[in-house]
Amino acid sequence: MHQDWIWGLVGGLMIGAGAGVFLLINGRIMGASGIIGGLIDGSGRDTVSERIAFLGGLVAVPPLLVPLYRNVDTHVSHTIWVLILAGLLVGTGTRIANGCTSGHGVCGISRFSLRGIVATAFYLLGGALSLVVFRHILGVI
Amino acid sequence: MRNFFAFLSGGLFGAGLLVAGMVDSAKVQGWLDIFGNWDPTLAFVMGGAVGVMFFVWIFASKREKSVLGSPMPGPFPRLVDRNLVLGSLLFGAGWGLAGLCPGPAMGSLSFNGWEGWLFIIAMGVGMALAPRVKGWLSVFDRSTLEVPPCENIPEEERALARDSRAPAR
Repeated sequence: MHQDWIWGLVGGLMIGAGAGVFLLINGRIMGASGIIGGLIDGSGRDTVSERIAFLGGLVAVPPLLVPLYRNVDTHVSHTIWVLILAGLLVGTGTRIANGCTSGHGVCGISRFSLRGIVATAFYLLGGALSLVVFRHILGVI
Repeated sequence: MRNFFAFLSGGLFGAGLLVAGMVDSAKVQGWLDIFGNWDPTLAFVMGGAVGVMFFVWIFASKREKSVLGSPMPGPFPRLVDRNLVLGSLLFGAGWGLAGLCPGPAMGSLSFNGWEGWLFIIAMGVGMALAPRVKGWLSVFDRSTLEVPPCENIPEEERALARDSRAPAR
């Protein structure tokens, strides 16, 4: 669809606004992997309620907007090993690199952080290679 | 109050992901599929979000504290190291495989059924395992094999070592 990029831009502005609220009002970096990871490894012990509130908004608000859409296509994989392997890779990788698309990407690139830019370059490379291997060579996705 | 604005921020993030179509894993994979049917939408999403945050950072740099009084984040680490590069490669591989990264995986949880939950659980396990995997990666780090120079040994420990060598009277 040729209008996708407009909605992409509008959605991107909203994501930026969410990150801006979290930074200016709460004084925190909006990084999804850090917010979740801090709950799992206990490093976010002092900010548990704030983390849960953020994740609550992230999970609960999208379905409230669904009446505005006819249907939401997610195309999530139904293959069990794909979901498990991908989840393990995403969880491990984001915690080792200390950030994901929201932390390193949205919040890092926008302040010209070298770490954010390098991380983004390498997860894009990893993603492109993943598509080459799993889609074009192995044909499993 | 902090929780209210955290919820609002998460809500804006989730709503933005839905509007942008980033809850659709096929669209995300389309962006990464540069040798297939490439979909540039994610560049506009990233551009929009980074554009807003560029101005937010300018504004934030003039403030000592956030609106609710907590200190602004930072100073940030500046070191580009092995963990940053290898961790990002692993993350990217998983991102491409399922078309999900942590934010959209949470945002689309209510549409994804058991598949979405399975991914989130595996992601949580991966996060819990990350310190161990980080340890495995350190086999590449030659500096761990070197003995630290004695200037790095704290004075108390050196004094202790001196005392234990002193002849008993």
